[in-house]
Amino acid sequence: MATAPRFWRENPSRYNMVGFKCNSCGKFYFPPRIICPLCHRKSVGKTEPVKMKGTGAIFSFTEIHEGMDEHNVQKPYIVAMVELDEGVKVTGQVIDCDVCDLSIGTRVRATLRKLSEEGSAGVIHYGYKFVPVRENGERPGDE
Amino acid sequence: MRRVAVIGVGITEFGELWDSSFRKLGIGAGMSAVSDAKISADQIEALFVGNMSAGRFIRQEHVAALIADYSGIARDHIPATRVEAAGASGGIALRQGFMAVASGLHDIVVVGGAEKMTDVSDIESSMIQSSAADQEWETELGATFPGLHALMATRHMHDYGTTREQLADVAVKNHRHGALNPKAQFRREINRDVVLRSPMVASPLRIFDCAPSSDGAATVVLCPLDMAKEFTDSPVEIVGSGQASDSLGLHHRKDICTMGATRAATERAFKMAGLSQKDVDVAEVHDNFTISEIIAIEDLGFFPKGEGGKATEEGLTSFDGDVVVNTSGGLKARGDPIGATGVAQAVEIVSQLRGTADKRQVKDAEVGLTQNIGGTGATAVVHLFRRV
Amino acid sequence: MKGVGIVSYGAYVPHFRIVPDEIGKVWGVDGKAMGKGLMISSKSVPAPDEDTITISVEAARNMMSRCDVDPKDIGALYVGSESHPYAVKPSGAIVAEAIEAAPDLTVADFEFACKAGTAAMQACMGLVGAGMVKYAVAIGADTSQGAPGDALEYSASAGGAAFLIGAEKVIATIDDTYSYTTDTPDFWRREGQLYPRHGGRFTGEPAYFKHVISGGKMLLERTGMSPEDYTYAVFHQPNGKFPTRAAKQLGFSAEQIKASLLVPQIGNTYSGAVPLGLAAILDEAKPGDRIFAVAYGSGAGSDAFDITVTDEMATFKREAAPTLNELMANPKYLDYATYAKFKGVIAKERD
Repeated sequence: MATAPRFWRENPSRYNMVGFKCNSCGKFYFPPRIICPLCHRKSVGKTEPVKMKGTGAIFSFTEIHEGMDEHNVQKPYIVAMVELDEGVKVTGQVIDCDVCDLSIGTRVRATLRKLSEEGSAGVIHYGYKFVPVRENGERPGDE
Repeated sequence: MRRVAVIGVGITEFGELWDSSFRKLGIGAGMSAVSDAKISADQIEALFVGNMSAGRFIRQEHVAALIADYSGIARDHIPATRVEAAGASGGIALRQGFMAVASGLHDIVVVGGAEKMTDVSDIESSMIQSSAADQEWETELGATFPGLHALMATRHMHDYGTTREQLADVAVKNHRHGALNPKAQFRREINRDVVLRSPMVASPLRIFDCAPSSDGAATVVLCPLDMAKEFTDSPVEIVGSGQASDSLGLHHRKDICTMGATRAATERAFKMAGLSQKDVDVAEVHDNFTISEIIAIEDLGFFPKGEGGKATEEGLTSFDGDVVVNTSGGLKARGDPIGATGVAQAVEIVSQLRGTADKRQVKDAEVGLTQNIGGTGATAVVHLFRRV
Repeated sequence: MKGVGIVSYGAYVPHFRIVPDEIGKVWGVDGKAMGKGLMISSKSVPAPDEDTITISVEAARNMMSRCDVDPKDIGALYVGSESHPYAVKPSGAIVAEAIEAAPDLTVADFEFACKAGTAAMQACMGLVGAGMVKYAVAIGADTSQGAPGDALEYSASAGGAAFLIGAEKVIATIDDTYSYTTDTPDFWRREGQLYPRHGGRFTGEPAYFKHVISGGKMLLERTGMSPEDYTYAVFHQPNGKFPTRAAKQLGFSAEQIKASLLVPQIGNTYSGAVPLGLAAILDEAKPGDRIFAVAYGSGAGSDAFDITVTDEMATFKREAAPTLNELMANPKYLDYATYAKFKGVIAKERD
């Protein structure tokens, strides 16, 4: 079972999608890395934490029918690989929509939701999930 | 570097083996390989054991020592090493054994692979399997192991027009092959409808697109090629070995329809062997999901990218095809006891090249290939075998 | 208090709804009639992965996206709720991290039944007015609980709104506030209990009406204003009837509360109710508009506010976040079984 500190230390990335930018090559990474996999040692001292805007488009997606215990209540639920506008791909749930609302290319934005909890008495883990948006910021299906 | 041969193989039945413990499985496969190789226990110089997650499946770490102990070879204090690379644990253990013999460090080396998966609940088993992906940035965000492969499938269908039916054809073919394998977990044929009507796991993948949870073990015995004839009339040489890695997370790949690690490992193995794809008669590939086999036969270079589904549909990967893929039934039908899988693939290829594969024998098979994957492609290992 | 007011605001309402008829069917109650009596046609339902913290974060992020305030200039953040996910561990600390206001600020969770959010606003006004902090955030949010089969089940819903309180570039000044508090046991939840208990009809006259009317009257007296001086009014809305009657008793028209009366669509959002109603008013208010607000919290007390929309509203980036109308549009309706699963009333045993 996960323990509180293991999640806690990733809070900036889980809550605010703080990633990593290599100022040697200019590329963004998420989650943060220790060194840039392209620039290697050249990136040391030239990297900075950078917050992703949290907006992007669905690169691929699936509706999960057999999941982990913590997702029982939500089954079936949608997981997508999202290509963020910074050019970084991330994996996360897509919520508050039906799978038929989605296709490759659907615009999404990150929001904060409960990811899991360590039983009814343990710590609650929060992190990013995605909601579909139209260009004007509304939910799909909005008139 | 010395040339290396396989002189003995052994495998347990694969399946839900309720009365078999981890150690019973490991020893069972080991004893049949050692007896097949006609060696005695005291000739064994080193043991490598491929195992993914005994710590979580049976709450037992340190399983190489366990197997050495219960095999009765620990009294000679031989080196016993566990190898872990998720689903590729067995294949990487084989490569470790290969390198130990090739380097001249050891003469006779036993490589085993084993997993006991059914002592935990199905949910627990899924959670353990998903730990082969990036636990903190994929699994804990909701992605399951089938879910990650479903992302590949969705994208492969989108980019190349691979059809749902073509995915089903992988399962249909591997069940047809598995029906010919007495050691297979599933020995019955299925048709497309069975796959297409089976319960959804992670769209578009259904239960019949997924390899099962299995118990089982497999073992091979290696020695220098020039010693092989002392033990067997039909040695099989390992002529190429390639291993490669890639990003742990699927989302960090440039292209999720290609496993870069498979491509790199394939290139290295063929280069070492001095062979090319057209030389391969029979291949065991890592079909933990139907989409995985389609991607594998493309990345191995048997078919152009995007044409794996079509090739399967046209029967090019079954008997009488260009390359017969997964004669054992593959992970799908033979079963997938994770750490055993890579070694079981080698056992199948050796049987084919020896000409002892019975009803599923590929005629005049001379060159065989195994491809074993860890996670969603973060580890790949490819071996090439040739009849001596 | 001069010049202290609302610099920005943001709201959030969950995507899911259930209608009273669907609840009534399960309990052998005429749900349609129940809904009609309460003036509730549907209520919002939080998704299983939503709680007061996620609702607060979403509202606070909407608030931040409408202004150019550096989150590091926020000196205080208070979350008012009666459904804090933790009995011990502040909701506000998570919200503060999520809007990148941490660590240089003070944070606490407030509880005063349904008026915890407005109590937080008053605390923020004090800190800003005293010059102790440049900006302060007050949030009212709830995922309120109604026991299965209880009358509350038809109304208890979820939502929340966040207000950035400051003294610069305020879109609405809070000109005065007055609170009225007594010990009145109309509604409560004991520590460790899943659902609240209430005094039935006792929650009406001696509780809601006494406090809302007293608070409202006193504020009108203090400010020397009369109901017709206000463009808008918002009252705590446990159902549609109570605020409508309270408005009438105080001399406000149906037109004045129309914009803020969200309860028919989303139910009783408890600590979110007046904050959301106020947010709905700010979604359409123009410079010069006057707003009269009275929140009510069981136990019991009321917080009344006299608010004036400033010229800053003309250039305010309202469109940078969704309005209440946008947030409430195109909900997904649940059947009772799914609702019960979402609320954790029925649960699959874990392996």
